[in-house]
Amino acid sequence: MNNFRIIKNNIKDAFKSVFRNFSLSLASISCITITLILVGVAMLLSLNVNNFTEDIEKDVTIVAFIEKGTETSDINAIERHIRSLANIDSITFLSNENIRKEMSTESDELASILNQYDSETNPLLDEFLIKVSDVERISETAHQVEEIDNITSVRYGEGMVEELVKVFDIVKNITYIVVIGLSVVTVFLISNTIKITINNRKRQIEIMRLVGASNPYIKRPFFVEGIVLGFLGSILPILVISWGYIYLYQKMGGIVFTQVITMVNPDQVLFTLALELMAMGVVVGAFGSSWAVRRHLKI
Amino acid sequence: MNLVEVKNVYKQYKNGVTALSDINLSIPKGSFVFVIGSTASGKSTLIKLLYRQEKPTRGEVYVGGINVAKLRNRKVYKLRRKIGIVFQDYKLLPQMTVFENVAFALEIYGLRKSEVRKKVMTALEKVGLKEKFRSYPDQLSGGEQQRVSIARAIVNDPKILICDEPTGNLDPNTSLEIMEIIDSINKDGTTVIMATHDKDIVNKYRKRVIAINKGILTSDKENGGYI
Repeated sequence: MNNFRIIKNNIKDAFKSVFRNFSLSLASISCITITLILVGVAMLLSLNVNNFTEDIEKDVTIVAFIEKGTETSDINAIERHIRSLANIDSITFLSNENIRKEMSTESDELASILNQYDSETNPLLDEFLIKVSDVERISETAHQVEEIDNITSVRYGEGMVEELVKVFDIVKNITYIVVIGLSVVTVFLISNTIKITINNRKRQIEIMRLVGASNPYIKRPFFVEGIVLGFLGSILPILVISWGYIYLYQKMGGIVFTQVITMVNPDQVLFTLALELMAMGVVVGAFGSSWAVRRHLKI
Repeated sequence: MNLVEVKNVYKQYKNGVTALSDINLSIPKGSFVFVIGSTASGKSTLIKLLYRQEKPTRGEVYVGGINVAKLRNRKVYKLRRKIGIVFQDYKLLPQMTVFENVAFALEIYGLRKSEVRKKVMTALEKVGLKEKFRSYPDQLSGGEQQRVSIARAIVNDPKILICDEPTGNLDPNTSLEIMEIIDSINKDGTTVIMATHDKDIVNKYRKRVIAINKGILTSDKENGGYI
């Protein structure tokens, strides 16, 4: 019961201290706020980039055209061969008749041209639609497929896909680095604030020690204050990021430039993101203050 | 029963100055002891050893059954909870009221508000400052500030009250007022050890007097006066 009361007092005192040293706390909270806003943006960006990449990966297909007149048994052999390759996720066979029928439904013009042919004269080629597991190795896989007998040609949007994935990877890595960098800066800023609080309270600490406060008891308020600073610093970023993202999502209609690249739905991510930002504020606050206490509170 | 035992204590500071040499003394429970000596005599060092602000270079110091000489830094609080300390410069927190300054010493125990209030008001009553519990230190005279500091030292009913020149900053009349309070605390059963170089007080109160000169205990007399 006593410990509970002491911790309750610690939290109360931490809030008091935050408001007592308001300008200092405000500076610190502002820094955390800015950092967490950037972190939030970076996290959302990273989430969306991941989403884009997944979208693209889902859509990327190798089309392997089969030489005209290839026997069904040979087609089966090709399928087995493709399945035996590494990096194959799925494979679908489309006969030229199916393709003709499907294409005929796309436009009347196309239909009128294709309807001149029947199954005997169909000029289209049978094909395999191949999905790969790792998009970054798509060109290697396409090349292997192309080598197989009776495959005339292979198409997979050469170059473009790999470039896009590479760009997204770079963006993702940069955001990770930014998030880590900013976290370090925030830890440093909080630790600096706590250091100043410690200096401001030198006399108080001295008296606490004289009246019999144990070392953990003396240290705890600073630790709690760091957590409180982190917590307070996370409120504004959560609001800004949530409203900002919802606004952007609605404004853009959930897509970026093309239908292919969709944005992550705010409902799916914002709650977790808010918790993560708050947790990050608290952890960074605790970390910064314990660092300051270890370095500057000599008792 | 002796509350304080000092055995063969030497204290040499890092700069080579020997502050205390072969000090031996014992202080029984309930007694009142003046520690006198000129500036830099070593009396402050002796007082600091008692509340473990300093550690002896050699020898043993027992306070309330605790071997202070071997007490680790993180265990010092155990000793400090058994003693009350009063300083020349009061060591009050200016941003806190009289009440809060005294209650500050009780915070570490996590007591109920009502208990804290009762104890603080009792302590303030003992030092005659009950009416001023809402004042801030800078609204008080030096003597009143010292009374707050005494209230803080006794609020937890310590076994020993250690006073390091408590009247050093005060005029003779106020000094006597403070002495009256400290004497009454002693009469209530608390052991008092007080470092001072206030001749008038020492001569007036006729307590046990331990004199230290150049780090050596030169005299130890019951009902002594200032040499």
